[in-house]
Amino acid sequence: MPLANVLLVDDEVPFVETMTKRLTKRDLRITSAFNGQEALDKLEEDRSVEVVILDVKMPGMDGNETLKEIKRRYPLVEVIMLTGHATVESGIEGMKMGAFDYLMKPCDMDQLISKVKEAAGKKRQHEDKIIEARMKEITSRRV
Amino acid sequence: MDKSKREHRDYYNSLTRNMLLTVIIVSFTPMILVGGIILYQFQTSYHEKVHAHLEELVQKHKQNIDSFLQEKLGDIRFLADNFTFEELSDESFLRDKLESLQKEFGLVFVDLGAIRENGIQVAYAGPFKLGKALYSQADWFQKAMRSKYFISDVFLGLRGLPHFIIAVRDNWMGEKWILRATIDFVAFNSLVGNIRIGETGFAFILNKEGKFQTKPLLDIATTRKPYIDFLSDRNITKDEIHVVERTDESGHKNIYVAALLKNGDWLLVYQQRASDAFSDFRRTLRVALIIMLLGGLGIITMAFILSRRMVSRIARADREKQMMNEQVVETGKLASVGELAAGIAHEINNPVAIMIEEAGWIEDILEDEEFQESENLDEFIRALEQIRTQGRRCKEITHKLLHFARKTDSRIQEVQINDLIEELVALSAQKAKYSNVTINTVLQKDLPPLQVSETEVQQVFLNLINNALDAMDKKGGVIDVITLMEGDHIAVQVADNGPGIPEANLARIFDPFFTTKPVGKGTGLGLSICYGIIKKMGGEIDVHSVMGVGTTFRVLIPLPKQKESE
Repeated sequence: MPLANVLLVDDEVPFVETMTKRLTKRDLRITSAFNGQEALDKLEEDRSVEVVILDVKMPGMDGNETLKEIKRRYPLVEVIMLTGHATVESGIEGMKMGAFDYLMKPCDMDQLISKVKEAAGKKRQHEDKIIEARMKEITSRRV
Repeated sequence: MDKSKREHRDYYNSLTRNMLLTVIIVSFTPMILVGGIILYQFQTSYHEKVHAHLEELVQKHKQNIDSFLQEKLGDIRFLADNFTFEELSDESFLRDKLESLQKEFGLVFVDLGAIRENGIQVAYAGPFKLGKALYSQADWFQKAMRSKYFISDVFLGLRGLPHFIIAVRDNWMGEKWILRATIDFVAFNSLVGNIRIGETGFAFILNKEGKFQTKPLLDIATTRKPYIDFLSDRNITKDEIHVVERTDESGHKNIYVAALLKNGDWLLVYQQRASDAFSDFRRTLRVALIIMLLGGLGIITMAFILSRRMVSRIARADREKQMMNEQVVETGKLASVGELAAGIAHEINNPVAIMIEEAGWIEDILEDEEFQESENLDEFIRALEQIRTQGRRCKEITHKLLHFARKTDSRIQEVQINDLIEELVALSAQKAKYSNVTINTVLQKDLPPLQVSETEVQQVFLNLINNALDAMDKKGGVIDVITLMEGDHIAVQVADNGPGIPEANLARIFDPFFTTKPVGKGTGLGLSICYGIIKKMGGEIDVHSVMGVGTTFRVLIPLPKQKESE
């Protein structure tokens, strides 16, 4: 059982490849995508993804747009933004739209892992609560 | 440097000179032209007036003298016509007539005499013993015998005194006889001698030979030549008055006014020094010249002062312009540095990220057991650690550079500086607590709002507060943030009691990339960003620092200009 199912989205192929290797080594299951649209497709295919690590600056559909779309379609999936800028604004912008957190690139591996864990934990917690609520609803149904 | 300074001075000097010359020429030319024309006109008309006046004077005296002579001649004629030679040969009768003449005309008639054709004076009445005198050889007698009436030139005669004679010839029983009267020279002289104008104006009478008929002023006696020239001039007609200006032998310019008397026998001359005749004009000229001179001096002084003042103002404006140019260049430099930095940062960030991740990946692999026994494992780990550290450093630099160049929210809005400061102090409180620093604020109440970009001002003061916190270096201290009005600026001071900035560094602290922090800790961009922002608002930022006492940054932000009420 991996620590978390993660979708890694960045347009820089070497970055994605290396990160995939490193994160896999740390017991994460990594799916990778190289642009926003591909990320949405991968999410559609693989519903087990818990956390998306999303680069803000990408050609075509950029990070914030992708985030918006992800949050619309899969509200429970947590998203960690990676910003190239030192601008707090783009990170804050992302958080306002429902991102779990933001990190500056290049980021510290341990920090990233812990954020991913937190995000996955939060997602699972949400899911658990939802399941619990549904069970309660079902069990307390009157016939 | 010296050379360019000298060139500047030369430039300003020549500017002063040109201005001075222009002002002087422009103001002097009309003054001299107008003054000259007026003076010339005045001189001409004054000359004409003086000449006319003298002509009139001489004309009047010519008539006076002529009528005097005519009158005296008439008196004698009256005697000769109304009394016979027989009667007039009686000395007591003659004396009687002389007395009545003298009673009538004063002592003009000195004596009377009746003379026969042969020149013997048969009767005489007068103060001299001239009875029976023989005049047949006398010049005047011969001339008198030739014409009916005769007035002689002045001569000494038998009595040895200057006098002249009026003689009337008549016939008695077929024989010519002459009644003559002597005119007192003194009385006649006074006719002419009374003509005195100014200090050097006087009149006298000459005969055809140029001999004086009246007594002139003494100094004339030696310089008779001009009058002789005058007399020999055939163009002179009887009734005209002639005015001539001529320089005499002693070098003085004289005015000569001449008229012929006694049917052209005598010449009445009025002479006056030109300088005397035109003394009024000279005085006016002198006054005018003094006024012109004083005015000219005034103009020159004013032109001098004005041009000096003007040029010093121009020099100041030039200096200010140069300073402004330098500032523009400075800010331009900062802007271009910013753009460059942004470009580099964007490009470098991703490769650096990949490099760090690759290094991390190697590290990850090294943790596998097969590598654990490798003898160079420690070296690998150290090298990878180094790569990661340097990568992080790159990251920090690029982040700060991007920050430096990023387009901030530069919308101008109304900002209450005190609220902004309080907000920033609250933001910094956490960091201050770790550094064991107290931040005090002394904020002047009721400060007017500023028209600035809020985010930029925030950036400036957060930078200054962060710098102050960093300067304390965890040793603790106090930071004072003070706001107050200073003229039409709001002044904000951020003062710490940290170690201070060495004097050698003070001049460079606003330069981009200048930092004293250890390698990897600072980018050296914070203060240069502050500088750029404050300059852009038209404000000032300066620093005052004493080693061991602390550092004070002072920022002046201009208040919005009062809009004219519409």
